Amino acid sequence: MLKIHKTIKNTEAVFELDGRLDTTTAPELELELRQSLDGVENLILDLEKLEYISSAGLRVLLLAVKLLHNKGTMKVVHANDLVMEVFEVTGFSDILTIE
Amino acid sequence: MKELKLEAAVAHLDKVLAFIDEELGAAGCPMKTQMQIDVVVEEVFVNVASYAYAPGTGDAAVAVELSNAPAGVTITVSDSGRPYNPLARQDPDITLPIEQREIGGLGVLMTKKLMDEVAYEYRDSQNILTLKKSW
Repeated sequence: MLKIHKTIKNTEAVFELDGRLDTTTAPELELELRQSLDGVENLILDLEKLEYISSAGLRVLLLAVKLLHNKGTMKVVHANDLVMEVFEVTGFSDILTIE
Repeated sequence: MKELKLEAAVAHLDKVLAFIDEELGAAGCPMKTQMQIDVVVEEVFVNVASYAYAPGTGDAAVAVELSNAPAGVTITVSDSGRPYNPLARQDPDITLPIEQREIGGLGVLMTKKLMDEVAYEYRDSQNILTLKKSW
């Protein structure tokens, strides 16, 4: 289960993710991102309520960065311990902007 | 030891994780460790479901064996599909700039890093991947 709460204001988009970002739910986020990122310059992913992320979820985060490339930046905020560890063991902590 | 045998299909991932979580929860596994194990079991099961029997289908078995001293778990995932050792795959380069990053192989990398021990064997026409984690 993943709930996606999306707020877009001018060129800034905030996606709050609530639940699990896994093989089953990652396609939902991918679809939302593909439909929403036109004209977005700042994308903020708020992971405060994200309990779980697998490599299927990482794939979508990488896609988001690529979709924004040269047009905008992405920032990840409020990741929990497990999500941070997944970022660290995969080297994503070096390529994502995490706050 | 408890075992769940089912068709290796991505649609059954939730059943596999529910089975693992129930066993680990009953054993007092800390939530973070449980999530780490879920991440790994998801990778392994989705790989089997995607490739072991493609383009056909077949079964997979997930077995959970708990231990007390030290507290931990041994999980085996087996299938009768084509022989394939996922651990033989070269680790992806995680130092590349973002534009050159590819996602393939990250699951195996996470499997190795999040578990204490990972082993593969091909025995009796089965791929058997063994995962060990203590807490």
